[in-house]
Amino acid sequence: MSMLEVSHLKKYFATQKAVDDISFKVEKGSIFGLLGPNGAGKTTLIRMITGIFYPDEGGILFNGKKFSPTADASRIGYMPEERGLYKKMKIGEQAIYFAQLKGLSRADAVARIKDWFIRFDMKGWWNKKIEDLSKGMAQKLQFVITVLHEPELIILDEPFSGLDPVNANLIKEEIFRLATSGAAVIFSTHRMEQVEEICNQIVLIDRGQKILDGSVAQVKQDFKENLFRIHVDSLPQETSLAPFDLLAEKEHTITLRIKAGRTPNDVLKYFIDRECQITHFTEMLPSLNEIFIRLVEGTPLARQFQTIQS
Amino acid sequence: MNKIGLIIRREYLTRVRNKTFLLSTFLLPVMIVLLISSAGFLAIKGKTTHRIAVVDENGYFKDYLKSDSGIAFNFSPGIDSLNYSAKNCSAVLIIPELKEGEKTVYRLKYKKQLGLGDISDLERRISSAITDHFIYTKTNVSRSRLDSLRAAANEMAELKTFPDEGKNVKASSQGFAYGVGYACGFLIYILTFIYGAAVMRGVMEEKTSRIAEVIVSSVKPFPLMMGKIIGIGAVGLTQFLLWVVLIVLVAGVGQAFIPHDVLQEVNNLQQANSMTMGSAVQASEAAQKIFRIRQMIGGANWLLIVTCFIYYFLGGYLFYASLFAAVGSVVNEDPQEAQSLLLPISMPIVFSFIIMSIAAQDPGGSLSVWASIIPLSSPIVMMARIPYGVPGGVPYWQLLLSMALLAGGFLFTTWLAGKIYRTGILMYGKKPNWKTMWSWAFRRE
Repeated sequence: MSMLEVSHLKKYFATQKAVDDISFKVEKGSIFGLLGPNGAGKTTLIRMITGIFYPDEGGILFNGKKFSPTADASRIGYMPEERGLYKKMKIGEQAIYFAQLKGLSRADAVARIKDWFIRFDMKGWWNKKIEDLSKGMAQKLQFVITVLHEPELIILDEPFSGLDPVNANLIKEEIFRLATSGAAVIFSTHRMEQVEEICNQIVLIDRGQKILDGSVAQVKQDFKENLFRIHVDSLPQETSLAPFDLLAEKEHTITLRIKAGRTPNDVLKYFIDRECQITHFTEMLPSLNEIFIRLVEGTPLARQFQTIQS
Repeated sequence: MNKIGLIIRREYLTRVRNKTFLLSTFLLPVMIVLLISSAGFLAIKGKTTHRIAVVDENGYFKDYLKSDSGIAFNFSPGIDSLNYSAKNCSAVLIIPELKEGEKTVYRLKYKKQLGLGDISDLERRISSAITDHFIYTKTNVSRSRLDSLRAAANEMAELKTFPDEGKNVKASSQGFAYGVGYACGFLIYILTFIYGAAVMRGVMEEKTSRIAEVIVSSVKPFPLMMGKIIGIGAVGLTQFLLWVVLIVLVAGVGQAFIPHDVLQEVNNLQQANSMTMGSAVQASEAAQKIFRIRQMIGGANWLLIVTCFIYYFLGGYLFYASLFAAVGSVVNEDPQEAQSLLLPISMPIVFSFIIMSIAAQDPGGSLSVWASIIPLSSPIVMMARIPYGVPGGVPYWQLLLSMALLAGGFLFTTWLAGKIYRTGILMYGKKPNWKTMWSWAFRRE
């Protein structure tokens, strides 16, 4: 049973099909990347999952049962991209307040916040105000507030923006730890290198529709172009009969594409036969960034408004 | 704990603990007193003496027209309509020979416009001068006799007004009721704006910082809005109660400074007054003043005034706060956007204030009565009428109808604003107009 199952979700606004028939599953303990260009419908999708919007059509199953915003709100933690904190409120009180809204008792909230503040090296912060914090510090606090009530489903919108590498790492480790302890994490971002590093599952949406779904490894396999990189001490003079096309060469490192019907072994054999010393041979899988750009390219930067007949 | 309770608690505590709350609680009364007294000071100080040259072809006006602080008459022989400004006069009054039985026009030529009050004052003086002249010339009464009769007549009677409240007859003081009514109306006007704006800013903060997005998943928009409105309203109530305590304290401390013997005389006056009306008791001027102030304060029904004030403050606040919240929920980062949307909300409040200043003088006029019943203006206008007494100044049916309509009014605006709020709080980027807000409010679910 999946932790979250979204099926045929639709949400139309007056001028846009914001989410148009999207389905996917998020498993317990997985880190799920929700990707898409600006205006693809990510926020609308997240808002339906967090219970802010009701979907026009389709259903959301939470732990196998129909999702109910009021009952399940305390089992979801949502961190919006922009900071959702009161500027003039003291940090300790603020964390307690949000924890209580999520159903924690005051004593419970205080104990957990203290624990997190020690772990995140935020001990001296209790009586400071948000306006005294830097953007990165506020980000850390926001993360703590999001996960404080130990939600089963954690939704993070650009959690690393504004964080230095040390703090980004700190939060990354926490995300891994939370996933290992059984929470499902939905991770929405534009930063593909982070997705590659963190996520095991991704969904790419564009113009309200799902255009890609799968594990990161699988997606890379699906989009590979038979590109390899080889490092040899000397180059053969003539490559017209080779089982590959030479794409680029730089200081004895060659990027090549294997011709249809040939295998990597044919390539190695070709070089070995010509007595070239091979020091390095590797398959070049496309980065998610390349896949993203390839799939989304041609989409106008901002979504055009559509007329909806309903 | 209940979630709306949590929200109310947060809104209340973060504001009351703030230093600006304490500061404004003590500074606002000081500022209001300063404002009113400086306005009064300027009104007295700003009153200029008009110097009017008189060209009189009858020859007797100089015996009757007396100069005072309002108008100074100049009867110099050589003065005329050409040289009066050179002789330091701002206007010239030309009175041709007046004949009995026909209407003669007399003229005022001026360099500096006289006020409406000054003109009617001048007209009254001229006509009483003519009357005096008739009495003096056509009867056997001498001038000195006439003047002493006048003075005696002025001292003979004094008007006191009593609201008819059945058995309970109390002296009322129009001036005092006017002052209290005006102050109450003014206070509600200011508080509605201050706390309404606080609600709007709070909503805008939650929207622009995306707090609403985080909270709305655990609390529905309507309790979120109500929690804020109730929490801030409680702050306003706390502030008002602090003022009451402050006033009582200041009055107590003030009394401690009155010398003991004066206080004794005041008590004597009080006893004498309760036994026989108008019996003369020897007392110093200071004691009489204090006695009169005590009588004025004692004559007002403070329990009624304070109770009604709290009701109308809360009712008016609830009526308008939800509208302020709705405006806060639809605007984006730009505070300029709020300005144009606020206009339709602040207009009725400003109009109520204008009607209130009329109602404080004329509490029984039909404009005052209707404006104190319609919930748009009733919180401010009714408070100007209540110090005149219930049911003497305001009949019971009017008070009850006004209270009921206000309760109904704020339920309606809260319902309406709630519908706009719940859509607006999560909408970004689009500048809304009244038409789209209207459609949010009345669309079917």
